[in-house]
Amino acid sequence: MELYIHIPFCVRKCAYCDFLSAPADQDTIGRYMECLEKQLVGQAASFQEKVIDTVFIGGGTPTILCIEQLSRLLAAVQEHFVLAAGAEITVEANPGTITTGKARALAQGGVNRVSLGLQSTSERELRLLGRIHTYDDFLRSYGLVREAGIRNVNVDLMSALPGQTIASYEKTLHQVLSLHPEHISAYSLIIEEGTPFYERYRADEKLRDAGKEPQVLPSEESERAMYELTGALLADYGYERYEISNYAKAGFACRHNIGYWTGEEYLGLGLGASSYIEETRFCNTSELRAYLEEDFTPREVQHLSKNDRMAEFFYLGLRMTAGVAKADFVRRFGLSAEAVYGDVLKDLTAQELLTDTGTHYRLTPFGRDVSNQVLYRFL
Amino acid sequence: MIDQSKIRNFCIVAHIDHGKSTLADRIIEKTGLLTSREMQSQVLDNMDLERERGITIKSQAVRIIYNAQDGEEYIFNLIDTPGHVDFTYEVSRSLAACDGAILVVDAAQGIEAQTLANVYLALDHDLEVFPVINKIDLPSARPDFVVNEIEDVIGIEAQDAPRISAKTGENIEDVLEAIVHKLPAPTGDPSAPLQALIFDSLYDSYKGVIVFCRIKEGTIKPGMTMLMMATGAKAEVVEVGYFGAGQFIPCDELPAGMVGYITASLKNVKDTRVGDTVTDANRPCAEPLPGYKKVNPMVYCGLYPADSAKYPDLRDALEKLQLNDASLQFEPETSVALGFGFRCGFLGLLHLEIIQERLEREYNLDLVTTAPGVIYKVHKTDGEVIDLTNPSNLPDPSEIEYMEEPFVCAEIMVTSEFIGSIMDLCQERRGVYISMEYIEETRAVLKYDLPLNEIIYDFFDALKSRSRGYASFDYEMKGYVRSDLVKLDILINREPVDALSFIVFAGTAYERGRRMCERLKEEIPRHLFEIPIQAAVGSKIIARETVKAVRKDVLAKCYGGDISRKKKLLEKQKEGKKRMRQVGNVEIPQEAFMSVLKLDEGK
Repeated sequence: MELYIHIPFCVRKCAYCDFLSAPADQDTIGRYMECLEKQLVGQAASFQEKVIDTVFIGGGTPTILCIEQLSRLLAAVQEHFVLAAGAEITVEANPGTITTGKARALAQGGVNRVSLGLQSTSERELRLLGRIHTYDDFLRSYGLVREAGIRNVNVDLMSALPGQTIASYEKTLHQVLSLHPEHISAYSLIIEEGTPFYERYRADEKLRDAGKEPQVLPSEESERAMYELTGALLADYGYERYEISNYAKAGFACRHNIGYWTGEEYLGLGLGASSYIEETRFCNTSELRAYLEEDFTPREVQHLSKNDRMAEFFYLGLRMTAGVAKADFVRRFGLSAEAVYGDVLKDLTAQELLTDTGTHYRLTPFGRDVSNQVLYRFL
Repeated sequence: MIDQSKIRNFCIVAHIDHGKSTLADRIIEKTGLLTSREMQSQVLDNMDLERERGITIKSQAVRIIYNAQDGEEYIFNLIDTPGHVDFTYEVSRSLAACDGAILVVDAAQGIEAQTLANVYLALDHDLEVFPVINKIDLPSARPDFVVNEIEDVIGIEAQDAPRISAKTGENIEDVLEAIVHKLPAPTGDPSAPLQALIFDSLYDSYKGVIVFCRIKEGTIKPGMTMLMMATGAKAEVVEVGYFGAGQFIPCDELPAGMVGYITASLKNVKDTRVGDTVTDANRPCAEPLPGYKKVNPMVYCGLYPADSAKYPDLRDALEKLQLNDASLQFEPETSVALGFGFRCGFLGLLHLEIIQERLEREYNLDLVTTAPGVIYKVHKTDGEVIDLTNPSNLPDPSEIEYMEEPFVCAEIMVTSEFIGSIMDLCQERRGVYISMEYIEETRAVLKYDLPLNEIIYDFFDALKSRSRGYASFDYEMKGYVRSDLVKLDILINREPVDALSFIVFAGTAYERGRRMCERLKEEIPRHLFEIPIQAAVGSKIIARETVKAVRKDVLAKCYGGDISRKKKLLEKQKEGKKRMRQVGNVEIPQEAFMSVLKLDEGK
């Protein structure tokens, strides 16, 4: 089983961000950490027979917490859950919120992977995104993490930003590659509803979706060029694209995230965190007030039927470059993928959206670019 | 016995928004439902029974009781009139059932286009008309001015017109008294042979067909055998009665001068056509009442179930609607693009929309509608003449001698400042100018002959927008005129889509084809491949657009917390596909089949 812990606080909300996160005062953060620990202790008791393979502390900005809070949280995880030997323990960090002390506290608390949200090395783009840090801040934070002995570092990047050119994106890639992080996540910007970006760029995005020339957002062609550039350049540097937006050096693919795409069970702790346990999806309350009143009742409980799980097997599994293994399907569901999705598979293969390798089904490069058109077919 | 001198049969006419319905509500509120005699009888019990059975009547007519200041009890029959050009004939029959009309004029707006059109229609039917000045509570009200305007423009006396506010209820009593004193009582001999005018009918699953009628001569009572003079249908009268507010109130008989309903063992409203005359089969009247016309559909379109499995449901629903609507026609047809469906005939576009909406709302059907068209007459070289209601059935051009299209005589009433723009509009729609007459200094009636094809879509809207809502419009069928017509085909991904074909005047084919392609380009979503959209006349391509292929459709991120939400996005995508029609390997959204209707939008 995997464990996800959500820290819903940040210094300032970024303009594109639709995550459950907001700035908060020290008192609120303190009370939240108390509730989180209560939920953690309570839940851990029910899962003593499960071994935790990966832990991911995400946000928001978990490194907004002070050293004591971070250490206490990590200690609670170690104390109350049964962790596998060599468990992957990731913490998300925002440049500008990391100090020498915090970096050390993470390492001492058992953290062996840090994910740094950089997004871009261009100061203009960072300001546009509403990031709180400069590229220099990032470099300092990166150094501190390395100095603390973290050997597995991810850097988050974004492409297809408003006004971004292929040249500026390429510069970001080169600058990041010179640091040799073990893992890079490179996302095309998603204009999410409810964000300032939605207000600003939704109309432009609609133009682009309709096949017309956008005003500020990069055109479809540029966007694709950026995506292809990412794959090609990172391959030159020894990174494999193992999922639509994720690249890693050999042996450094994120085990936690792979779990999400392969139907692993996970327990979510903290505000709004999602869980998938015993074929059931549910989540915690998204209301901070309710959470601070220790309301831990599961919300949006949804039991997955066998059909749901078969569909998820494909629509999550196909995100990975390796695709899905036919043998896994048989093992899990007791019948062949062809018996269930024969027509769909045949059609998608004929349209060259999907490749049948004999043992696996995987997206073709074309299929990956238009993956939604493939994935919905399994629903 | 009912004292004929205590009956008033009337309707209310007004320009839209001048307060017709509000006044009707006030009148019903201030009067009673039953006569004092009826209150002591069994009537209420009967009514409860009706309520239990859940029978309600449409508010086409209502009988109310008014205790006037002279101490007498009066029976008012208030008859509602539908307000659209599609139903002109129904309106004229409703008016024919009345003896008088209340003309409502807004105290702030004064006389407007429909005020005139409606009042002339009422005067045409020899109705006594008295005006009411409404909305005197408005700060901008100027009743004195409006009174003079009515006298000057319409030429009816208005000095003592009740000045009211239907909204606040102020001076409604004056209206009720004016109905008693200014509108005539009906005439007619209760002992003469029966002669009754049908102004509406509906089908009720308990009572069968219910006929709404005005008794002109004679008396009708249960047990009689009635004869519909135009259709020739005969049936035994089961029940007669009045219209309560929302209920039927049975009674022993309906004598001359009354408005009421008849039920008989009739299963189909087709037998009881609006405008037909009901008489006693055993003692028929000498001749039917004047003005009967069989109303024929003027506009045809294809209706298809979005889910082809719902075809039988659509047929059942159409059959049920037809029970109540004799002017609705339908017959099965098939389309390569849309599968099995029906070619349906309507009185006009509004009628089409009403039926479409009822099918969707009341019968929960999801429909694909093809572009509406008129009936063309195709004269073939072998002498045969075909009534063409579906463009797909157009014979090969080599077999066609010539074609004809229906024309209407249109009368457009407009203030002088808009005459120019309205004439331009008629010109654009291939109108033939007939005449222009000033009815007063600033108002004129324009007469044009127009192809029906050019007015069924959006002529009314165009008229309104080019006259700032001031023009009113009425038309009647003129007949068929020889015309240079071609079939415009649409090819999507090089395959002709039969449901998108339409007949068009040759001179506008290029323009229409071009706009149709542009419109379809907007409607058809991008696919994984490029899709050419072409318009063709015969084998000649006259316009082309291209829907570009999708280059990218991907969720960059999908982690634990997103899975449910992202799945919903994909489900939405899948739902969207379900609402589309597969033609070849192209998915066409249902709305696209109505594209031809929107060709003039955003022009």
